Amino acid sequence: MIGRIGRKGISFVSELGELTLFSALSLGSLLQGRHMLEKLVRAIYEIGVRCIPITLIVGLFTGLVLGLQLYYVLTKFSSESLLGQAVALSIIMEIGPVFTAIMIVGQAGSALSAEIGIQRNAEQVDALKTMQINPLGFLVSPRLYAALICFPILTAFFDIVGIFGGHLTGVSMLGVDGGAYWNRIYESVSLRNVRDGFIKSLAFGLITTAICAFQGYFTHTKASVPGARGVSQTTTRAVVLSSIAILASDYLLTSFLLEK
Amino acid sequence: MKSSNLKIRGLSKRFDDLVVLDAIDLDIPLDSHTTVIGKSGIGKSVLLKCLSGLLTADSGEVSLDGAPGKFPQCAYMFQQNALFDSQTVWENIALPLSEKERISNKDLAQRVNSLVEQLDLENAFDKYPAEISGGMKKRVALARALITNPEIILFDEPTTGLDPERKFAVFDMIRSYRERFGFTVIMVSHDVPEVFGITDQVAWLDGGKFKFWGTPEELNQSPPSELEGFLNPKLSSQSSVA
Repeated sequence: MIGRIGRKGISFVSELGELTLFSALSLGSLLQGRHMLEKLVRAIYEIGVRCIPITLIVGLFTGLVLGLQLYYVLTKFSSESLLGQAVALSIIMEIGPVFTAIMIVGQAGSALSAEIGIQRNAEQVDALKTMQINPLGFLVSPRLYAALICFPILTAFFDIVGIFGGHLTGVSMLGVDGGAYWNRIYESVSLRNVRDGFIKSLAFGLITTAICAFQGYFTHTKASVPGARGVSQTTTRAVVLSSIAILASDYLLTSFLLEK
Repeated sequence: MKSSNLKIRGLSKRFDDLVVLDAIDLDIPLDSHTTVIGKSGIGKSVLLKCLSGLLTADSGEVSLDGAPGKFPQCAYMFQQNALFDSQTVWENIALPLSEKERISNKDLAQRVNSLVEQLDLENAFDKYPAEISGGMKKRVALARALITNPEIILFDEPTTGLDPERKFAVFDMIRSYRERFGFTVIMVSHDVPEVFGITDQVAWLDGGKFKFWGTPEELNQSPPSELEGFLNPKLSSQSSVA
């Protein structure tokens, strides 16, 4: 039992090391390839533009629900006027970056992992190597940089729509004063809060995209079965590990950022 | 003038306890067609992957005329072609040049169009790999391999899964394009004796070693007794039944 836990622990640390090396090499290989701007634009479209609808929808409903829940909690303390502050800070500092990252992983991260996994199985990664083209620069690097650009922007979209959703519930439906709602947000939300939210989204973008690409790239060694089922396994694992990584790193980042 | 040889010396590769290549030696004359034959799973593809750099050999070296560090430019033809399915035929052929060389769009188009024409792919250049036939895919893969003017092309079982007619068509394609472009072929195949019609040299890999190398004529005249079962599996199975 202890031996098994030890082996799992060693395997976890080893995989973490491989992932870190993979991410560093991928980030470093951006300038090695050619037509990088073209690839970056395509990756921004895949990760960013295609995820806008889902981000807006989830952001709106999150704001609506948050407005409703917080209204009933705040009513108990006769503090409904604080609704704007509560909704905005929750969304900007916590819910926005986390939910946006999970949505992007669900849509773009899974697609990225599956695509690279299929390319690995179809020997396309090997073909790149035989053509002296760096596969990390060709397949992974543009996606990592695109994630660093897209995650904060999509988080900003989520924040705006979420706060608007809270306004819809609190002000339009439950009768909280509109002026108080916006004024509280203006007074309580600082640039530091916004910055902290963006720091989180940058970290989530890097971590999740690296995990998804890593799982796809090494599908031939990570999956217990080869072929399509192997790709399915590593894609599922990519989404699960990314989601766990988002929550775990959120806790660490929150502790770190709140202490500063 | 003495022609150059690709010299393989003491090349070894093992996977855990399984020795796949056991200090093999082989001389491959440039401008020739060499075919490595042997049973499935014996290590033929591993040899090609070691030559191409896809796998790192545990020991040994490959060099041109024994000069260390001197190795001619290689291209690799995969069993399943390994074409990028989201790119058109034209983009697939252009890929090695557009990604590696600083070349103007005009020169790139000229070189790709020239190959498209020479390999009879004019009707397919704007199609995706999924929209063209198996034979065309092979020609696209060959065009992609040829675009950088390699001296050597490594063919990994190019006729796998093809019926006899298409098999001969692929062999014929390799022979005719080799004559036209002058590249060296190192091919892995277990299509014997069909492959003897196009190859200059045959090397038989078995048990991690080359048990025979020579011309197809030499092989036909005096095949090693161990190789007879591989060359004539029907006779071999009949004698074992008797």
